[in-house]
Amino acid sequence: MFKGKFIDNLPKIYGTYTGGFIVFIILMAIGEQAGMSAKAIGICFVLFTVLIYALIGYLSRTIQVDAYYLAGRQVPTVFNGMATAADWMSGASFVAMAGGIYFKGYGYMALLVGWTGGYVLVASLLAPYLRKFGCYTVPDFIGTRYGGNLARLSAVIVLTVASFTYVTAQINATGTIASVALDIPFNIAVYVGLASILMCSMLGGMRAVTWTQVAQYIVLIIAYLLPVFWISNKMGAGVFPHLMLADEVARIAELESQFGLGSIKNSAADLKQVPKGLSGITKAHAEVNTTPWKFISLAVCMMAGTASLPHVMMRYFTTPSVKAARRSVGWSLFFIFLLYSSAPMLATLSKLSLMDPNLATGIIGKSITEVQAIDWYQNWNQANLMFVSDFNGNGTLELNEFFMGGKAVVLATPEIAGLPYVISGLVAAGGMAAAMSTADGLVLAISNALSHDIYYKMINPKAETAKRLLVARVLLVLIGFAGATIAAMEIQGILGSVIWAFDFAMSGLFFPLVLGVWWKRANAQGAVAGMLGGLAAGTAYLVAVRSGYPGFLDITQLTFGIVGSVVSLVLMVVVSLMTKAPDAATQKMVDDVRVPSGKAILGRQH
Amino acid sequence: MSKQAQHWEKTRGLLFITLAIWFVFSIGIFLFGAEMQSSSIRPFGYPLSYYMTCQGSLGIFVILIFWFAGRQEKIDEEFGFSEREDD
Repeated sequence: MFKGKFIDNLPKIYGTYTGGFIVFIILMAIGEQAGMSAKAIGICFVLFTVLIYALIGYLSRTIQVDAYYLAGRQVPTVFNGMATAADWMSGASFVAMAGGIYFKGYGYMALLVGWTGGYVLVASLLAPYLRKFGCYTVPDFIGTRYGGNLARLSAVIVLTVASFTYVTAQINATGTIASVALDIPFNIAVYVGLASILMCSMLGGMRAVTWTQVAQYIVLIIAYLLPVFWISNKMGAGVFPHLMLADEVARIAELESQFGLGSIKNSAADLKQVPKGLSGITKAHAEVNTTPWKFISLAVCMMAGTASLPHVMMRYFTTPSVKAARRSVGWSLFFIFLLYSSAPMLATLSKLSLMDPNLATGIIGKSITEVQAIDWYQNWNQANLMFVSDFNGNGTLELNEFFMGGKAVVLATPEIAGLPYVISGLVAAGGMAAAMSTADGLVLAISNALSHDIYYKMINPKAETAKRLLVARVLLVLIGFAGATIAAMEIQGILGSVIWAFDFAMSGLFFPLVLGVWWKRANAQGAVAGMLGGLAAGTAYLVAVRSGYPGFLDITQLTFGIVGSVVSLVLMVVVSLMTKAPDAATQKMVDDVRVPSGKAILGRQH
Repeated sequence: MSKQAQHWEKTRGLLFITLAIWFVFSIGIFLFGAEMQSSSIRPFGYPLSYYMTCQGSLGIFVILIFWFAGRQEKIDEEFGFSEREDD
């Protein structure tokens, strides 16, 4: 069917795949008409897509080191962009972000700005240079640029802390979706999610993860955009919601004041009845409701974190050239933009469909018993993601008597807006794809750092290929299990853990990476001090704030990366200047990194 | 000045321009959230602050990266530092 080289056939292969997926959606829609149950549709969607990814993972199996670590350095620009977008957009972006905007409005939209603006830093400061370097992993760069096992080890420590925090959140997200879609308990669903994540990455490493991530991007973007456009058209809000929802935004503001948003407060005793993790609408939708500093500090943390997270950076090691790495960052952000610019639109449509009494779907102002009898309310209430209660006893549902989990905004809106169940199944598959693709990238980043940097570079440099790859795979499974075990404990919500991961990465890695390229004088002592000192300072601040310390400068537990990275920068500069300048060979290496032409610093096989 | 030093100087110049534009749209304008909110400039009818957070700045970042990549490629070509296709 496909003649010639695999890489040349990519557009055809993924074109066919997309067509096949659309046919599958249509078949499911026909199935629904023919009386297939909602449960069965949900199960089909999740199982079918996960099986496809596993199949791609199996077909991409490899026994070559450079294929395992770098996907053979032949991933074309646009496809690497898609893979990065999937790698990047996690359960937090897909499932939780629209919910954050829904409940917190403008203040949370700093995440949109931060999670996109960071790519400008990636493109201009880091990605092309690290690609030229030719490293397998981020600690590989740190270890070679600064020299010495201590620098390498410090980078592995920061990478592990940040990525592990992140991966527990993603396994949590896959577990949530698997438990809702397959109707199994959460602490079992977590391991079902894990099994599907490992199937994609274990046999083929980076190569397998790359090609499954492209497939996952296609599923998740269809699953996110289709409902947004559909609901918008169904509500008569406009054919192209991104440009046409201004009236709806204004209408929400009108309803918010009509329903007395902010003026009526729930008593503490009332709030005790609300299940843990659910929030009510407390912030106006489009109004500026946060101080500039709070907004900017959160955005800055997310931007610097983006430029330091190893699982994103390592995607740019797989492009065929430096030029391709640079362009590929642009494509990544373009594909991310498609989803991020839709999240606020989804939040708007979702809020309006629940609030507007002129719409058939509106529930605020209806009688409590009527709302409690609605099918979707019962489903999501059972899943512990929705709750109403008549606090003031007047029999009708007020704005402050309605509570919803952040995840429910994306997962439940199609159902609330009266779309066929097939769309809800599709959204579940999309959320699963988003969380799985990120978890894959993260688990691989950690296990590659441990197997390449710790095992091969530090413990057993003579290990032959087969043994190196065996170690890599064993570590992959172990890390996956550790992540799933912690995810099952549900320590922090999805969005919260993800934000922490950015702060950890920023605290320890941002300046050591950037200065490694842009400041020749930076040396190993400085880098080690910067990585460990930054990580320690950030962590200490987080722990202190969590245990009641009020903090300073309005830096919260979501922005502790500011403390960490400032400490990291100061330590790195001071310690570097106090110790010996790097030797001539290292300086020459930095010069070579700065021009695209010529051989990579580290060869294909190292 | 060596060819390499000139190349790096131009590259750094481009970096500063890129980061300046980035700074304006990721940090600068959000110092003025309240002013943007009450501004009479309303793209597609949205309040300006809302529009910039959900589309404006994001779109500018996408364009900025492609522009940056194009300029950097020109600089690399000018000094003969572009990669050969078979590298």
